[in-house]
Amino acid sequence: MKRESRQKVQEILVSWPSLFWLCLFFIIPTLFVFAIALKPANPYGGIGPGWTLDNLRALANSNYLTVAWRTVWISVFSAAICLVLSTPIGYYLARVSARWKGFFLMLIIVPFWTNFLVRIFAWKVLLHPEGAIKKALALVGLIGPQTSLLYNSGAVVLVTVYAFLPFTILPIYAAAEKFDFQLLEAARDLGAKPFQAFSRVFLPGIRRGLLTALLFVFIPALGSYVIPDIVGGPGGEMIGNKIAQRVFVDRNLPLASALSVVLILSVLAPLLAVLVLQRKREKPESLI
Amino acid sequence: MRRSRWPFVVTIAVLLFFYLPIIILIVNSFNASRFESGWQGFSLMWYQRLFHEPEIWRAAKNSLLIAVCATAASLVIGTTAALALHRFARTRLQRFHFGLVYTPLVVPEILMGISLLMLFVAAGVELGLFTIFLAHVTFCISFVAMTVLARLQDFDEAVIEAARDLGAGWWVTTRRVLIPMLLPGLVAGALLAFTLSIDDFVITFFVAGPGSTTLPIRVYSMIKFGSPPLINALSTILLAVTFTAVAASQRLSRARR
Repeated sequence: MKRESRQKVQEILVSWPSLFWLCLFFIIPTLFVFAIALKPANPYGGIGPGWTLDNLRALANSNYLTVAWRTVWISVFSAAICLVLSTPIGYYLARVSARWKGFFLMLIIVPFWTNFLVRIFAWKVLLHPEGAIKKALALVGLIGPQTSLLYNSGAVVLVTVYAFLPFTILPIYAAAEKFDFQLLEAARDLGAKPFQAFSRVFLPGIRRGLLTALLFVFIPALGSYVIPDIVGGPGGEMIGNKIAQRVFVDRNLPLASALSVVLILSVLAPLLAVLVLQRKREKPESLI
Repeated sequence: MRRSRWPFVVTIAVLLFFYLPIIILIVNSFNASRFESGWQGFSLMWYQRLFHEPEIWRAAKNSLLIAVCATAASLVIGTTAALALHRFARTRLQRFHFGLVYTPLVVPEILMGISLLMLFVAAGVELGLFTIFLAHVTFCISFVAMTVLARLQDFDEAVIEAARDLGAGWWVTTRRVLIPMLLPGLVAGALLAFTLSIDDFVITFFVAGPGSTTLPIRVYSMIKFGSPPLINALSTILLAVTFTAVAASQRLSRARR
């Protein structure tokens, strides 16, 4: 009994710095967001007295609904493209010889040591009306001289894929590394076509990696702010831009909080869905 | 069985996709042309111009100061968190603790930025370098804790017990056994915290005040309002610095082995 209580004291001693810090600077601020969403704004850019539901009502504005819908489909598209591109790469990396594997992994990680803003800026230059891609495409005749590659949702999807692709390649590669490739050969021997073997044996085999990868791109994409801000223009705005505008343009903190509450809830939904999905799927497996 | 060529083709295409923008950016930083429209001769003029921008140097100094302080603080807090999570795993408190440490890793940056802003506004704290420091420590703790925890999980508990059995006290065990064994994890965690801090834009942007411009904030306002070739030059310098740092740390870790 005495030993146990001493252990407890030790545990609390080692745990309190991080518990204290994260409660103060992570949990409490999040609760503040929920509380301030129910407060009125005062005319000086601060928070007024009393409570109100006006901020939540303001969310029903058709402008916000358009932006919310766009946020969802941009994130879905970006996540889908990332997974489609990462799967063959993960497959390839898991099968190639150790030397090449190290080399390719290095090549995948290196560009991402560079600053996030710099990488987005590089795309702004590339997609610019005077930039290389526009000129090349116009030369081939694929686009007219008036088509703009920049400042639309397509540009946002492209740059989001660019920014998050390594984060989807790595978990898929890690899952593929553990996959037993003899299963693919067995499937082929049993008469499966190459694509059938890939989709019905390999893909289910790396399911966990795919789910992790999905979360790694979908959640940050929902909360994207810098990418649509730099390459999106008004036609590519996402919910993150709206939050930033309420904070920096018209300084309406309660409305910014209300928008953030929507974002928090929409981030929680896929997270919980994946957790439940993984738990359900695991049970029968653990019996084997 | 003949293997499909597709995976290889996709890998190469994606690598080209990764490098193309960066290479064009570096090449353009040496371009004498002002408008990025074609090559107009090699020039170092943008680099020269960069040296006459005092704003950039001030911002770099701020970034460095914050990164060093935030790394130190988050290294201490993150390491104690990892020790607690490892040593007392499975207690109810540690289950909560793990969730608390893990969640900031999956929350979008903008949410952390806005919630900290709300806290500082509600508490009446003036925004500036200090609030940026607090914010950076908050997101670095989780990364440090996870890195150190990973290291702790694959090391041999028996060594610590052996030290105890041989008469080493708590302090001697920590200093002579635990810390040397943890060192690679600590170095990796510190490097990660430093890089994240010096690179962070979104959270910093929300909690920065007037006069507390960091390098990423400066880069952002240059992207929005400044001249592109100047950013090309600055980006190329940043690239060179990161590459040197990473190459050096790789060399170091290899030498130690």
